[in-house]
Amino acid sequence: MKGMSLIVKTVTRWIKGFIFLFGIYIVLTGHLSPGGGFAGGVILASSFILLTLAFGKEVALSKLSKNMASELDSIGALMFLTIALLGMCCGGAFFVNFLHRSHPGEAFRLLSAGNIMLYNIAIGIKVGASLFMVFVIISAIKVVLKDDAMKMIRHK
Amino acid sequence: MFELIFLLLIFCIIGALVAVETRDLLSAIIALGAVGFGLSIIFLLLKAPDIAITQIVVEILCLVVLIRATISRDLTTISGDREFFGMIATVVLLFVAFLFGLEVLRELPQFGAPLFTKAPGAVTNVYLTEGLAKTGAANIVTAILLDFRAYDTLGEATVLFTSILGAMAILRIRSRKKVRD
Repeated sequence: MKGMSLIVKTVTRWIKGFIFLFGIYIVLTGHLSPGGGFAGGVILASSFILLTLAFGKEVALSKLSKNMASELDSIGALMFLTIALLGMCCGGAFFVNFLHRSHPGEAFRLLSAGNIMLYNIAIGIKVGASLFMVFVIISAIKVVLKDDAMKMIRHK
Repeated sequence: MFELIFLLLIFCIIGALVAVETRDLLSAIIALGAVGFGLSIIFLLLKAPDIAITQIVVEILCLVVLIRATISRDLTTISGDREFFGMIATVVLLFVAFLFGLEVLRELPQFGAPLFTKAPGAVTNVYLTEGLAKTGAANIVTAILLDFRAYDTLGEATVLFTSILGAMAILRIRSRKKVRD
């Protein structure tokens, strides 16, 4: 049985969805309340990291494989740039908030800030996928030091 | 409130000293985590919830990653003495930085009274008064980050992307080498 004990596994099974939902909430309401794309993306990544810690690497990688995470990372960055470039066509300059100009929503509503929500979603996808990837790379790849390497580090 | 902030600052400094001085790698990482959590409470007391959320979330992630990376290695203690010359150089450099810091502190505006309250034409005033009308975002921090200064965020995203690419490339080469051995 890989991973941690039964208690950790059961608790993880219950709360992993809530952590993921909370991350999505933080990303989507970044323009209304504290938080935003970066913090929400880290919460999204941490739900997958919890899965990795509790159930082992295989379960987490079956839900979000390393290639998929790499693609999501690139998709998030490209989405951010594409929306910024769309500002050039629709608004006249790089990074123009053209959606807010054409459809100014009521303040303090979810659809009030135009492009900012889309930027937040892009950054959330990018940060979540890339940080999960970093965790998998750092923790899953084990570098076993040979004896002489150990001695060299000890005597340094 | 300021007493609490100073207490937390002293706690952070002690935690940082422990993290530097301790021989055990795991306790150094945990002391580093204590510094981070103290810092996030300071941000919360200074009424900066955005930074507090980011700080606490990143701190938890870094702590988990570092602990995991430390436990999976055999080597968890640092041995060997410090070099005498390195110590002297550190102390001298710290003293010089301290002298410059004293000069700078004399010029800084009072705590809690930023410079833009004195300069009426400062651009920060425009952000504060017209931010909601211009961007529609109620959270002024997000409005600045993703609308007024979106170039900064673009650069930040690029840095993250590039650093992760670099980390992947380096770790992949190392694992390949181990397989070849």
